[in-house]
Parts: sequence; structure tokens; C-alpha cells
Amino acid sequence: MAQMTMIQAITNALDGELGRDEKVLLFGEDVGQSGGVFRATDGLQKKYGEHRVFDTPLAESGIGGLATGLAIQGFRPVMEIQFFGFVFETFDEIAGQAARMRFRSGGRYTAPITYRAPFGGGVKTPEMHADSLEGLLLQTPGLKVVIPSNPYDAKGLLISAIRDDDPVFFLEHMKLYRSLRQEVPEDAYTIPLGQANIVRPGKDVTVVAYGAMVHTAVKAADEWSKTRGIEAEVIDLRTISPLDMETIVQSVKKTHRAVVLQEAQKSSGAAAEIVAQITENAIYHLEGPVLRITAPDTVYPFGMIEDEWLPTPDRVLRGLEKVMSL
Amino acid sequence: MSAVLEKKSLPYLQVLDEEGNVVSAEWMPKLSDEVLRDLMRKMVFTRIWDGRAVKLTRQGRLGFYAPVAGQEASMIGSEAATQKEDFLLPSYRDVPQAVWHGWPLYQAFLYSRGHQHGGQFPQDVHVLMPQIIIGAQVVQAAGVALAFKLNKEPKVAFTYIGDGGTSQGDFYEGINFAGAYQAPAVFIVQNNQFAISVPVALQTAAETLAKKAVAAGIPGVQVDGMDVLAVYAATKQAVDRARAGGGPSLIETITFRYGPHTMSGDDPTRYRTKDLEEQWQRKDPLVRFRKFLESKNLWSEADEERVIAEANDAVKEALSQADNYPKMTVAQLIDSMFESLPADLIAQRADFAEEGK
Repeated sequence: MAQMTMIQAITNALDGELGRDEKVLLFGEDVGQSGGVFRATDGLQKKYGEHRVFDTPLAESGIGGLATGLAIQGFRPVMEIQFFGFVFETFDEIAGQAARMRFRSGGRYTAPITYRAPFGGGVKTPEMHADSLEGLLLQTPGLKVVIPSNPYDAKGLLISAIRDDDPVFFLEHMKLYRSLRQEVPEDAYTIPLGQANIVRPGKDVTVVAYGAMVHTAVKAADEWSKTRGIEAEVIDLRTISPLDMETIVQSVKKTHRAVVLQEAQKSSGAAAEIVAQITENAIYHLEGPVLRITAPDTVYPFGMIEDEWLPTPDRVLRGLEKVMSL
Repeated sequence: MSAVLEKKSLPYLQVLDEEGNVVSAEWMPKLSDEVLRDLMRKMVFTRIWDGRAVKLTRQGRLGFYAPVAGQEASMIGSEAATQKEDFLLPSYRDVPQAVWHGWPLYQAFLYSRGHQHGGQFPQDVHVLMPQIIIGAQVVQAAGVALAFKLNKEPKVAFTYIGDGGTSQGDFYEGINFAGAYQAPAVFIVQNNQFAISVPVALQTAAETLAKKAVAAGIPGVQVDGMDVLAVYAATKQAVDRARAGGGPSLIETITFRYGPHTMSGDDPTRYRTKDLEEQWQRKDPLVRFRKFLESKNLWSEADEERVIAEANDAVKEALSQADNYPKMTVAQLIDSMFESLPADLIAQRADFAEEGK
């Protein structure tokens, strides 16, 4: 089996799906000739031709509209938003148009679009490139949202996203693109959307995380196990919409304590939703309040103070101590 | 007919004057008597049904409705130049084109009432739901047209937007994308002079809206939108050109809506003078085309009365179909969010089912 980085796993998934289904199209800014700013589509235009993998004019709403129009004519567009911070420009086409297509037409038209976008802090991008805006997507009925934490999951989830008959937003954390390698099968495989993964079993407290924070959570949990002998169970959500509440609730019923870790600003996002649903489904199993460990409710401070802004391992440890003490 | 779309300076196209006289035989489309009569039939039919729809909305029997009287030539002349396989992306006022393109009238009424089955077009009807967000249909039209090009299908995507809509970013993005891909699209700007209350002069310094085509590198033409033959002639050229692989074009129809923006409280007396309204009524598309047809003995009072009766009957029938259609349910709504429902939505669906909704 080949060792792959996440970006390689993504290219591999796109390659396989282009080869499997001629209705799959890849497009966006710089994805054709140049292979994308992160090289996610490297070599794919050459392999599949300009009618399958192509560059678009520089206008995100236009790219979104192109995807919607192609989708209702039976294509499976995989469109790239060069950086997630540019999503505002095409938010209508995602939330206002594609995600409502099935509803508005009573099922006559669907929009099986995969929106890919790099995001995430810690890599010193310019302003409006790294922001964690996934909370905006969670408020969009009809849209699924996937955030993988490793190369193996990225491939299986991306294939599922492309094959899904509804629009799926696939967010790729830039810090994970090349920071870890993993064995990834060459052949296609799928990981169901909406299925979380327990990446570190434990009995004392449930830690829910997604994306790059999964690694921060595991690191903190290992450290904690060594220094305090407390075993945290870390759940990697993989999909933040729909949420795999069953896995979370089962874990909470076992550990009786929970903390949710997210890189995004604190309020009204994925973490808030998870806390609400734990309360709805498992409150009598809890021994204390469910806490959130997040960034503060500010814009993403590109550059100088990125590393302090992001939930650091220390901040996570403090959060874990607090949830155990309440 | 000369190739008006190819001209360097943007032309203004008119075939009939206000009295129904042919002012430009050169641009007269070659249409059979039968087709000419059908254009008139559709315009009269639409005028009658529009009047009925306005009344029904006032009575609370329809939901959302944007009146169309005054724009019949612009709407029907353009749609008539397309083929059934061509794909229509209408905006909210473009219900007549959608209906003449195959949307059953009772479904249009269901849509007006907020029933999602209004948008459940029959499989052989190639229309998208009326667009509410100004400009979104233009970027989507580029996508539909690109699909036809990639599939090598001899079809055209055609879409409508108003004068105000040409200020929207999506308008520029859509015509530019279609131009960049040389996709088979036709963009029709219905310049009815006011975007709700704001006049064209406040929208842009552009001399004409057709001129906006220049920046996208596609042909543009301005047409007398009260002249059904001129609208037909321009659209036919644009559609044929697109179908033959010649790329997209833009048509600006100069027209006027007699009524309010929608039936939801707009009062045109706040922004239009009586004078202006009368000025436009003298250009009425039905009056001038009727005169033209009468001069050729192709239309009579009996024809007119027959179509009026036909339209009234059709509205009555469609309304009764819509009235008898099963009410939409919240469970149906939930079911239409995804191909297969996630666990949380299944639970939410069960809650509503318990309430009997």
C-alpha cells in the first residue's frame, strides 16, 4: 500500500472518480493547467482532457452557478473554491440555490455537487484564507459538510461526497495537507458520510473534535494519560453535518463527561450544536456541564498571533482539567 | 433579414410601429399565418390570465404573483423563437414563458401558493423554477449551456432578467462565463424601465443595457419589446446562432409593466406619472399586432372572443386542479431535503408526523 499525504489522497480520489464516472467534472480557478494552488488536481487535466478538468474565469459566484447549471443537467461537478474565505462570494449559489434544488423542484432536479475548499489556521496564509467558517454551512438545510482529519479518511470521504446525490461541502485543512503520511489503498473505497470514528478509546471523558483539532486532542489525551492517568476517548467527527450523535451519545453514556474541541470561533458553531444535542440526548448520564474549547469569538487573526489564537495543547489540557473538576 | 447580431454598433430592432405598420421589411421574420395567429393567441391569452391572476391574488386565492401586462410581446415573442428541448431559466415574472414552454398552469398556481410540487415539472418540460435571487439564473444559464456544449446536444439555455438585474454581479459573471466557454446561451434583458421603483437612469451610466454585452465579448442587440415580431426576429437569430455553435448573445427588450412590481403592496403612483403610463399604453403590444393581423385578415373580433373564453376556461380549470391538489405536508418538506434522510431529520419528521402534519 502506498504512503500518501492528504493532498495526494485527495488527488488520488479525484483521479479515481474522474476515471469511474464520465459525469464527474472538476473545475475552479487554476485547477486545470496549473493543477491547483495546492496541486490537488495535478496532472488531471492532462489525463482527462480540458472538457473534464478545466479552469474558470475568476469569479466564485459564476463558478457556483456553473456547478448548479451543470448539476441539473446530470453532471457531478466537483468545484474548487480556491480558499474557503472566498465562500461569501458564492454563498447564494450554495445555500440559496443548490441546497434548495431538491426542495424547490419537488425532487425533479437535484444538485449532486461537491464543493472543495482549503481552510484552517496555522500555516500563515494571507487574511481571509484560513478562517473556519463551517458554522455558516451548518445552518444550511440540504447541505452536508465533511472535514477529514487524515489522508485515509480524506480519500474515502471525498469519494462518498462525489457519489452523494446531494450537495456536499468538503473542507480540507491546509495544515494537514502535507504534515502527515498514511497508508492509503490505491483502489477506491468509501467512508459513509455522517459516521464518526473513535480514534482513541478511553473511559473517563469524551473529547469530540474534527479536522486538525483531532490531532491536538489525541496529543493532549496521550499527555494526560501519562501525567494524570486519566483516559480520554477522542471522537473524530469526520462529518459535521449530519452529525453522528449516536457515537457521541454512546461514548458520553460511558464516560459521563464531555468536552468539544473546535478550531473555529466559539459561538453558534459545530461545538454549540454538539453540546445542545448531548444535552437533549444524554443529560441524565452527565456528571457535569459539557464544555467547549475553541478560539475566541473574533475574526481570524492572520499572521502574528495565529498560534495563540488557535486552541493550543495547553489550552486543551486546561479545558480537560476543568471539565473533570466540575 | 440581415445579420443584426453581427453589427458593430449596437442596433435597435423594430418591425412594426405603434399602428401596426411594417417599418422594416428586412427584419420581418418569415412566419406562416398560423404561427402569426398563434403569437396573437398567446398574447391575448396571457393578458386575460394575468388579469385573472391579479384578481385571484387580491382575493387571497393565489400567493405570490408578479403582473406581466405590457410585457407580452417581450415574453412571448422570445419564448416562441425557442424549441421545446431548449432550457428556460425564468425569473419570478417570467411565468408566461414557462407556461408556454410547457409548465402546466395548475403547477404555476401551486408554485404561487408555495407548494413544492409546483416546481415538479413533467419530464419533457425543460424549465427551472422561477428565480427569486436577482441574477442567479444568469450564472446558472451559463452552466446549463456548458452542459449542452459538453454533451454535444443541439440545445440552447435561455434566461431572463430585468433592467435592475443587470447591475448585479451575477449578471456580469454569467454572460462572461458563457462568452469565455462559447456556450449556447441567450440572455434576455427585459428593460421595463423600473426595478420596483428605481428607474434605469439610476442603475447605470451605460447608454443601453445591450451594450453590457460588449465587455463580455458577446453580441448585443436592443429591440422594441412592445413589438412581438422584432422580439421574435432577434431571439430567433440568437437561438439559431447559439445552436449552431456560435456562442451566446444578449437581447435587451424595451418594454413596460403596466401593473405594480408584485401584488405584495407595491404602489407605482409613488414613482411613475400617469403621463408616462399612458405614453407606454399607446405602444401596447396587443393593439399594434392586432392591427397588423387585421390588415392581413388574419384576426377578427370572433378570434379575440374565442381566445378570451379559452383563457378564462383554462384559468378556471387550472385553479380547480390546484384547489383539489393534496396539500403539502411538513413530512414531505423534510423528505425533500436529501436523497436519504440523516438520523436527526428522521426524528424531526416523526415529531411532525405525531402532530399530524
